[in-house]
Amino acid sequence: MNALPHILSLITFLPLVGALILLVFRASARGEDADVIDRNAPSVALATSLITFGLSIWALMDFNMADPGFQFVEKASWFGGMSYHLGVDGISLSLIVLTTFLMPLCFIASWGVVKKRVTEYMVAFLILETLMIGVFASLDIVLFYIFFEAGLIPMFLIIGVWGGPDRVYAAFKFFLYTLLGSVLMLVAVVAMILTAGTTDMTVLLDYQFPVGMQTWLWLGFFASFAVKMPMWPVHTWLPDAHVQAPTAGSVILAGVLLKMGGYGFIRFSLPMFPDASHTFAPLIFTLSVIAIIYTSLVAFRQTDMKKLIAYSSVAHMGFVTIGIFSMNVIGVQGAMFQMISHGIVSGALFLIVGVIYDRMHTREIAAYGGLVHRMPVYATVFMLFTMANVGLPGTSGFIGEFLTMIGGYLVNSWIAFGAAFGVILSAVYALTLYKRVVYGTITNPKLNDINDMVRREVITFAPLVVITILFGLWPSLVTDFTGPAVEALVEHIATIAPAMQ
Amino acid sequence: MTSFMSNLSSIGPEVALTVTALLLLVGGAMRGERASNLISWISVAVLVGAAVFGLKSAGAEPAQVFGGALILDKLALFAKTAILLSAALVLVIGAGFLQIEKIIKYEYAILVLLATLGMMIMVSANDLLTLYVGLELQSLSLYVLAAFNRSSLRASEAGLKYFVLGALSSGLLLYGMSMIYGFAGTTRFAGIADAAQLDASMGLVVGIVFVLSGLAFKISAVPFHMWTPDVYQGAPTPVTAFFASAPKFAAIVLIARLLLGPFADMMVQWQQVLVALSVLSMTVGYFGAIMQRNIKRLMAYSSIANMGYAMIALAAGSQRGLEALLLYMGLYLITTLGMFACILAMRQSEGMVENIDDLAGLSQSRPGLAFSFSMLLWSIAGLPPLAGFFGKLYIFLAAVDGGLLWLAIYGAVLSVVGAFYYLRIVKIMWFDDPGPSFVTPAFVLPLTAGVAAFFMLPGAVWLLPALERWAQAASASLF
Repeated sequence: MNALPHILSLITFLPLVGALILLVFRASARGEDADVIDRNAPSVALATSLITFGLSIWALMDFNMADPGFQFVEKASWFGGMSYHLGVDGISLSLIVLTTFLMPLCFIASWGVVKKRVTEYMVAFLILETLMIGVFASLDIVLFYIFFEAGLIPMFLIIGVWGGPDRVYAAFKFFLYTLLGSVLMLVAVVAMILTAGTTDMTVLLDYQFPVGMQTWLWLGFFASFAVKMPMWPVHTWLPDAHVQAPTAGSVILAGVLLKMGGYGFIRFSLPMFPDASHTFAPLIFTLSVIAIIYTSLVAFRQTDMKKLIAYSSVAHMGFVTIGIFSMNVIGVQGAMFQMISHGIVSGALFLIVGVIYDRMHTREIAAYGGLVHRMPVYATVFMLFTMANVGLPGTSGFIGEFLTMIGGYLVNSWIAFGAAFGVILSAVYALTLYKRVVYGTITNPKLNDINDMVRREVITFAPLVVITILFGLWPSLVTDFTGPAVEALVEHIATIAPAMQ
Repeated sequence: MTSFMSNLSSIGPEVALTVTALLLLVGGAMRGERASNLISWISVAVLVGAAVFGLKSAGAEPAQVFGGALILDKLALFAKTAILLSAALVLVIGAGFLQIEKIIKYEYAILVLLATLGMMIMVSANDLLTLYVGLELQSLSLYVLAAFNRSSLRASEAGLKYFVLGALSSGLLLYGMSMIYGFAGTTRFAGIADAAQLDASMGLVVGIVFVLSGLAFKISAVPFHMWTPDVYQGAPTPVTAFFASAPKFAAIVLIARLLLGPFADMMVQWQQVLVALSVLSMTVGYFGAIMQRNIKRLMAYSSIANMGYAMIALAAGSQRGLEALLLYMGLYLITTLGMFACILAMRQSEGMVENIDDLAGLSQSRPGLAFSFSMLLWSIAGLPPLAGFFGKLYIFLAAVDGGLLWLAIYGAVLSVVGAFYYLRIVKIMWFDDPGPSFVTPAFVLPLTAGVAAFFMLPGAVWLLPALERWAQAASASLF
């Protein structure tokens, strides 16, 4: 295909343009017109996100898989040494495509479900999309930080305006937790800029910071990414945010926002502070194994479906951090795969909860039971994603967990030993959830006239089902793509900090 | 005589302000309250005219006039432009308020003019005496302005409190200046610089600490901040807007000129004072604001905290620091004035309201205003991509560069506390159900808020590089 000039800028800012158009129309509309805008806003948002997705696929086709470096680079200088600098490699482009893929599904899932302040809702999501893509596409560290932190604002509003009963508490907790981590990263960024004398990430990637300084910089970045990831013990904002957020908000939170933490570790912590990464790897492994076992157990005791899935997310992110800090090709590849797989699977699980929440307006597990009798299609889809969440071979969930465990094993077999508990425990909580919600007899009389999935919902799930199985059977679709960049990264670490190997 | 005339012509804006203020005073005395409006608008025209006229000399070489009593450099020009324009804007956005509240008096605009004149002298001061004269002209005008709503008990209390504490601070300042004079043998900055370079004697150290204490009062740095919440709350809102904007800018530029000019060689001594003031101001400002229900009191704590932030930049004691300070303060001025335009729009049918809870559901009743207000709040909280973030970024860059890493970390962590209370206002506007709606505000208020908000985001793309360039040029004049 022909190269499209400025394709990254297009992908990044197209959603913003859609948001601005909606905003202008909404601001100028009065009375009846406002309702018309509200009715049409979902289609505008969906169309925008679909075009964005199309463009990202175009970029994917155009992408040279053999080249581990940054492609589609755009650069324009701004002020104070900062520049508008975009570019992607296999790692970031795959996450961009994940984002643009999930976004239209979110809009379909919210179709007709969101009833208050519809236009604002769409605008918030479109702005969020721009910011999320920007995080992955930025090659200027200040630009990265801007996108990274700006995403808090629309997410704060999404949770706070369209969330559940405890939305204000959850919105503040989400915001302040993440902000506290981010400002410490900002100080580290400032120190890096002053030491290296540039904000250009391509230069910073090759800059060798003094070992003593690396420790502090690493900790600054860790504060931010660990909260974002989230890693135990700073994960407590996640269950609250997930439970209170509207369905689409949960999907984006689990599907993309959490991945920013993993992306940050891969993009910054590993290549820029390799010595510190080696030093702190045992800490990461310990926290990850604790996260995997502890949050799996916590998930098992949850009575709220969304909370259960939220805790399971924390456990699955533990695999990602193990994979990343194993610092070998297979581990990092596994982490990338796990991130993408988890983005799809946990996104799908939140949508699954959304389906019955929209009908029954409760997420209590106890309120359900015997859904298989009334909702066979739903039960099938739920089954598939439960299995993917457990990591059944043949689904995408298996590949990620397996690769990261190999990565961990190569470093220390005890890591894999600990992480393997996660696989067992995830089967325990996920299958229990499935049993209690779907099997058995209908005890709640309200469930007697619940309907199966409607066409809109089937359309939402179809691509997710296909992708989950496709990636499970044909993982090289992803790994070929992220491979060169990951190999270059691991090699880079090995040459900079060979003594530690 | 000719040299006097040429000196006079180089301070054209100041002369214009003086003459106008005196003429308007005569006019007001003759025509009475009827002329208030006209006087207000003439003042605005003169302020804007003075700013534009001043900018015409932007290319001129730095010069000292009146035998070195005043200095005209890029720093002074930058500060004067900011001060003049914000004073003009305060008059514009406050006009409607004073009219509706029926407290408009012709002295109001004239006092603003005189205070502005005082500030212009402050930022140009090159001699301790000029400094003092400018500062007192400003302060005395502000004391009267604070108590200007005579029938209000709160305003009178505010004025009195401000005056008593202000007089105390002037005393500290004068005492410090006399110490400096005693040990340096001169009041000229250049002479003090020589003395400080030669020997940082105890007398000079004591002197500068006293002077700093006196000036800290003017920027309401903790522990000299006690007056701020009461005066902010008690004074009529347009006056509060004025307090929060131009005088802060003038005083901090004055401190910068003093510390980075004559006392540059005593940085070891004054840096710790500034660090202490900064830490205290940020702590009290950020934590104190959490409990506030009145938006004007909240703004008071917010300005205390912001001054604490600005002092981080100053404590770095470098050109980078001064540049960061000017950038930060420039953004602070725009944001603060925009926010006060929003506060002035908080009028229900029964009258002005000042509680944060009165903003409930503003995003539904007045989406435009709520949007602008939110942008300004996010900006002052330092969240990217809004312009306020870059102010913070520059301050952190300066601080870490100047070896003040822990201060930067402390400021960064405390900004999360700040984000909490700024966000609480956003929460009230966006998450809560609408309360009684506001009456349609005068056109100029949403416009001001909107323009300020525009400069925080899309406009920041142009504003920031321009502001940074000016700040850089201005900061170069002290190094």
